[in-house]
Amino acid sequence: MAGQTLYDKIWAMHLVREDEAGTGLLYIDRHLIHEVTSPQAFEGLEMAGRSLWRKDSILAVPDHNIPTIGLENGITDPVAKLQVDTLNDNCDKYQLTEFKVGDIRQGVVHVIGPEQGATLPGMTVVCGDSHTSTHGAFAALAFGIGTSEVEHVMATQCLIQKKSKNMRVTIDGPVAEGVTAKDIVLRIIGEIGTAGGTGHTIEFAGEGITNLSMEGRMTLCNMTIEGGARAGLVACDQTTIDYVKGRPFAPQGDDWEKALACWQDLHSDDDAVFDQEIHIDGASIEPQVTWGTSPEMVTAISNAIPDPATVPDAVKASGMQKALEYMGLKANTPFDQVKIDKVFIGSCTNSRIEDLRAAAKVAEGRKIADTVKLAMVVPGSGLVKQQAEAEGLDKIFTDAGFEWREPGCSMCLAMNDDRLEPGERCASTSNRNFEGRQGQGSRTHLVSPAMAAAAAVTGHFIDVRKLT
Amino acid sequence: MEKFKKFSGIVAALDRSNIDTDAIIPKQYLKSIKRSGFGPNLFDDWRYLDPGAPGEDNTGRRPNPDFVLNQSPYQNAQILLARENFACGSSREHAVWALMDFGIKVVIAPSYADIFYNNSFKNGLLPIALSASTVDQLFDDYEQSDDFYLDIDLENQRVINAAGVQMPFEIDEFRKYCLLNGLDDIGLTMQHAEQIKNFEQQYYTSCPWLGKA
Repeated sequence: MAGQTLYDKIWAMHLVREDEAGTGLLYIDRHLIHEVTSPQAFEGLEMAGRSLWRKDSILAVPDHNIPTIGLENGITDPVAKLQVDTLNDNCDKYQLTEFKVGDIRQGVVHVIGPEQGATLPGMTVVCGDSHTSTHGAFAALAFGIGTSEVEHVMATQCLIQKKSKNMRVTIDGPVAEGVTAKDIVLRIIGEIGTAGGTGHTIEFAGEGITNLSMEGRMTLCNMTIEGGARAGLVACDQTTIDYVKGRPFAPQGDDWEKALACWQDLHSDDDAVFDQEIHIDGASIEPQVTWGTSPEMVTAISNAIPDPATVPDAVKASGMQKALEYMGLKANTPFDQVKIDKVFIGSCTNSRIEDLRAAAKVAEGRKIADTVKLAMVVPGSGLVKQQAEAEGLDKIFTDAGFEWREPGCSMCLAMNDDRLEPGERCASTSNRNFEGRQGQGSRTHLVSPAMAAAAAVTGHFIDVRKLT
Repeated sequence: MEKFKKFSGIVAALDRSNIDTDAIIPKQYLKSIKRSGFGPNLFDDWRYLDPGAPGEDNTGRRPNPDFVLNQSPYQNAQILLARENFACGSSREHAVWALMDFGIKVVIAPSYADIFYNNSFKNGLLPIALSASTVDQLFDDYEQSDDFYLDIDLENQRVINAAGVQMPFEIDEFRKYCLLNGLDDIGLTMQHAEQIKNFEQQYYTSCPWLGKA
């Protein structure tokens, strides 16, 4: 019998039952909730007279709606305030752990889970948010669910699931200096397409991946969903264990030793068989930038804006043409001629301390370009903000002309006041460049934190490695 | 959940692949704490020429005359025809709620994003995957007709056109059973409560750091 993949192992560990048709009931260890996708689930439970199965599996935090400025006045948008108040009320009523606004531990749900050690290797982790795939960096099976499933997990601690297929993406050899996890994952999405991973769990492997820090692995797994796969995974190794050790929710003493023994097995067996295997040469990966309205519309910074006329597939060419029109771009334009209006450094993809350090390194001693109307840095959590301030990063950013904000999802999806005006072009470290994502008519280019900072100080896209 | 019955409905088509959930229901409308009322903001950015806000009355806004759901008879569409990877992006179930609130009961496309596909069944919306060539044919037929109707027969897993041509589709047996009978997943899972408790007992004995047995 062939060996098991990491996904096979975690699946088997959590399988409560399976029917003849292969529909499984999967046990859930950690349930993260936020204000946008939980109110209807609590309401549904109450209407049906059901209770919560295991309250200590839930960790709650408001993030999507939180203003990143002027918080001393509270949330002034009444609709947003009602949503956050509803989360607070539900958590108080059921006595759930919640990091409310004003708590230093509050932040973006996919930043605070790992930061607190609430995400552990081998766990199943769910949240009513597609970027739950982030937590796969810890060799945890983590995926986004809809509100009906949020309610299902609250009531039963389980999800009805069919097992997905296995896919492995291997980055052979190391990546070049100045190439980050964001560039790696954008390159992968460019290669497999935005639906390339549909129906699969993707395990990331190879030297280009194992060399990454936990922050980098989180960036990578975060964007797995943009490649169509609900979950991404990286095997557990010493880097994982070193990160988890000593965090507030992490096991201690005897439990830690038992956990360590169990985590040794959290990797795919040598003879495991994957339904699909992709290899990319690490050395071939350059800093990436998206040019269209889907994350698969991405290319290396050294290339020009692609030309639909060179694409033989008519449907694809027409999609590219529509995207270029929306983005206000001409085919074959070099990226250093594409001027930007705003810069956003933040989101569950790139708002951790390592991301801020990388951006600050570029911003240090420089000023944002005169033509840039706004460059903002939104740390992923109160603790990330505190750490960055202890290192003096806030000063570097503000000296360069960036705004230093309070934690939240912010301009990644523009549910709060942080948004682009119609037609504005943004260098953004977030995860989606969909039409209207950062505000109606907004034009988003996805890049790494270092590339975003480089765009801020030059006013246009540029290979950050040229700024030395 | 209502039982899914055989019906004949008018088809509206959106000839785009990778239609994302931000397009289906933009983020500003996700601030609602209810499951209903999203229909007027379905495809909001494409449907209106001026911007909207949550809680705002949409009757005063300028509809985009070029957008299919603003045209007669498609305001009454019950079936949406689209291209590959329909509803990619976020996990927002609001996308399903908005489609259903508008009156859409079935989507036909060559493929779907996983989370949306899953969310659909929890609410009684049927996402039908047909081959790309069949979908091409449906787009051709749609273009040549002023009011293109299709029959949807879930029990026999068939899409049937006016000429009687039957297009079979695949669906998971359990999901089909739940849709046809209007069954609530949670109620079904609760039937296995004892098995879940037994599982927990063993699981926490072997993984004590995750909880108490």
